[in-house]
Amino acid sequence: MARIAGIDLPNKSVKIALTYIYGIGNTSALKICESAKIDPDTRMNDISPEEVNQLRNLIENDYKVEGRLRTETALNIKRLMDIGCYRGLRHRKGLPVRGQRTKTNSRTRKGRKKTVAGKKK
Amino acid sequence: MARSIKKGPFIEKRLYKRVIEANKSGSKPMIKTYSRCSTVIPEMVGFTFSVYNGKTWVPVYITENLVGHKLGEFSPTRLFRGHAGSDSKARKR
Repeated sequence: MARIAGIDLPNKSVKIALTYIYGIGNTSALKICESAKIDPDTRMNDISPEEVNQLRNLIENDYKVEGRLRTETALNIKRLMDIGCYRGLRHRKGLPVRGQRTKTNSRTRKGRKKTVAGKKK
Repeated sequence: MARSIKKGPFIEKRLYKRVIEANKSGSKPMIKTYSRCSTVIPEMVGFTFSVYNGKTWVPVYITENLVGHKLGEFSPTRLFRGHAGSDSKARKR
């Protein structure tokens, strides 16, 4: 099993397997295959160790993935919270940041519904 | 969509003038402004602005981190006092 950026890649086609890495989606997976000269549809188990190494180098040098990417995002959010701007306040309260409605929906940010007694009149 | 780079950041002209002049004279007075949509530019670092939020002027001290944001982002227009009945916890703020 190939291990890239601290993640075990499953035996799927290369383009799909690469997307198991946090920070690599379909587009960058295809781009990586192209620059490594690997057919994106070959299975992960069918490619040689050298090719795996090639993929690993490409990803480690050119892409921000996994831990580093996560810290960067967290830092960006922390920055917003520290300067006390509107977006930071929304992050602090766990409410949608980009002006979405909050009367209904926005459950992704707010989490599971908390029932309030007597809300309905 | 982001603003065209050609135009540069938006700052209200009067505000810009006052900042430049204050910088020249070396003093940094508190500047009261309604212009919430003006961008914070590097020249403003060190100033304290009083930004109107529709009711009061909120003092905003400009540090380097705030550059690139708009003044209004630091002067919230809504005050959430908590919901009725959920007393104590949220009320205080």
